[in-house]
Amino acid sequence: MRFALSAERLAFAASLHDLLAAADTPAVARGFAAGDYEPGRTLWKRLAELGVAALTVPERWGGLDAGPVDVVVAFEELGHHAVPGPVVESAAAAIVLAESGVTTWLTDLARGEVMASVALPPHVPYALDASVAAPVLAVEHDALSRVDATGGARSAAMSSVDPARRLFTVTGGEVLARGEEVRRAAAHAFELGALATAAQMLGAGRALLEMATGHAKARVQFGRPVGSFQAVKHRLADVYVALELARPLLFGAAIAVADRSEAAARDVSAAKVACAEAAYRAARAALQVHGAVGYTRECDLGLWLTKVRALMSAWGTGTVHRARVRAALAGREVRR
Amino acid sequence: MIFEEEYYAAGAPARVSQNGIFLLAPTLFAHGTEEQRARLLPRMARADDVWAQAWSEPEAGSDLAAIRSVAVRADGGWLLRGQKTWSSRATYADKGFGLFRTDPTAERHRGLTYLLFDLRAAGVTVRPIPQLDGEPGFAEIFFDEAFVPDADVVGEVDQGWRVAMSTASNERGLTLRSPGRFCAAADRLVDLWRRVGDASEAAPADRVVDAWITAHAYRLRTFGTATRLLEGGTLGPESSVDKLVWSELDVALHETALELLGAEAELSGPDGPDGGRWLSGYLFSLAGPIYAGTNEIQRDVIAERLLGLPRGDRR
Repeated sequence: MRFALSAERLAFAASLHDLLAAADTPAVARGFAAGDYEPGRTLWKRLAELGVAALTVPERWGGLDAGPVDVVVAFEELGHHAVPGPVVESAAAAIVLAESGVTTWLTDLARGEVMASVALPPHVPYALDASVAAPVLAVEHDALSRVDATGGARSAAMSSVDPARRLFTVTGGEVLARGEEVRRAAAHAFELGALATAAQMLGAGRALLEMATGHAKARVQFGRPVGSFQAVKHRLADVYVALELARPLLFGAAIAVADRSEAAARDVSAAKVACAEAAYRAARAALQVHGAVGYTRECDLGLWLTKVRALMSAWGTGTVHRARVRAALAGREVRR
Repeated sequence: MIFEEEYYAAGAPARVSQNGIFLLAPTLFAHGTEEQRARLLPRMARADDVWAQAWSEPEAGSDLAAIRSVAVRADGGWLLRGQKTWSSRATYADKGFGLFRTDPTAERHRGLTYLLFDLRAAGVTVRPIPQLDGEPGFAEIFFDEAFVPDADVVGEVDQGWRVAMSTASNERGLTLRSPGRFCAAADRLVDLWRRVGDASEAAPADRVVDAWITAHAYRLRTFGTATRLLEGGTLGPESSVDKLVWSELDVALHETALELLGAEAELSGPDGPDGGRWLSGYLFSLAGPIYAGTNEIQRDVIAERLLGLPRGDRR
């Protein structure tokens, strides 16, 4: 058994990193927060050229049908660079649509021509960035609806702790599909969305550790870099440990989802819990190491910190995901 | 890894030979001579010789390079003088391995040599030290002109630091602290929670979940480490991550078990629940963040060698 990313996947991650590092993503995120969506849409189209938008779309609709491991590789880099917009939602919407037999938007989604949003209550009650998305979908019980159609309604935009995110409650609309396959599609989309969100948090946590480490090397107090003090070193070492321990859970969960393993829900939830805790630990440490400058809107650190805080409760809170692990453990045979 | 997983899942006992097979054997694979391997390994594997490690000294704990015990040139070998302490298993072991200063003019990491010695030899005195848990798990060793033949030098004379450090990673993860050990303990904790846990109390259940997640993560992480080794990589400073993970997990796991056990938690030995295994496991776990390099030293290693932060006041 080999448990490591292939050279192709490492190259995919590196190409995404190169594109995003040169794209001034903090400016894109700030633009999104200010209601200027065009740079975000343009960035999404460029990511689509590298295949990101097509990952969860079946091949016959121009997609890559790439599977959860590639999704995790890509979304870790999106989180690493704080890419704004309904990116997880677009990937999840493609699954809901394709597996419910609704093919209308799949080709456009694969090309990055449109972004979609989706509400999957109870754990995903809001449609993220519905103002930039089309279609906006919602699954209620076994019915898949398009909310941005006749009869549909969405609330006014609600602001998030992450200024780049806008949340909407959605109701009504046109029913696109109904039945057991919708229920199954929504369940699958939830696992993938939670996994992609966990991946974004791992990437964001890495970015926060990089910022904190860079600052600790450069900032001089008492005549020496603050990173030479053990209190700072040990805090950042603990962040590194948490991130390094969350990573194998994330990839293990991606493999479990790909294999349609019975343990997939447990493993996705374990990954979401661990990635959230690690990223949050990174956010707290990065802020503390930066000191007051980290607490300013001007400092990019806040883009990642608020994104992590938002993603912690998106696609299932820690409580929700711990309960899923607990349920799996409660019903499981213990080896002696 | 597969063997270790099955070994611990079966509830098999701790192995008297573990410090030999997991710490000295990898060192002999890398630095020993053909003659040493042929002479020492079969007896080690059969537990005919039980091995103890002898790193720490009264003035050299976390600062291991401050070692003062010396080996002085003699006819056909070396004479050992000095004192080692916190030597695990020395109380009942047959032989030991450790670092001794062979070049008194050299500073710190230089001038040390990796030597094997007979704990029953003339000039060697072992004094057991009762531990917190009451077991004589470690001991002091006093050397007074104890003779070591040249055949028991591992690696080059004066190159002992490099020899010792090249396999120190084994103690921090992978073999001696195989994930199987902690997965088995996490499974027992889940079982305990299902037997005695109160379903209406979410807090202890969350701690059980978190311990299980960490054990599961450590297992997957070790698959990654094994993959790296199989593909020609080496164990480096990354093993400090493992040491922090298992040592803190082991404490958390046993603390959670004691929480689940309520007032019974303090009952010890045969009076205790499950034969007292949770309490004895807890006491044993408390040593984990101290031995094999304290967790503070491991965090320094991570900060300096993996994150590239500047060295502090340590030389």
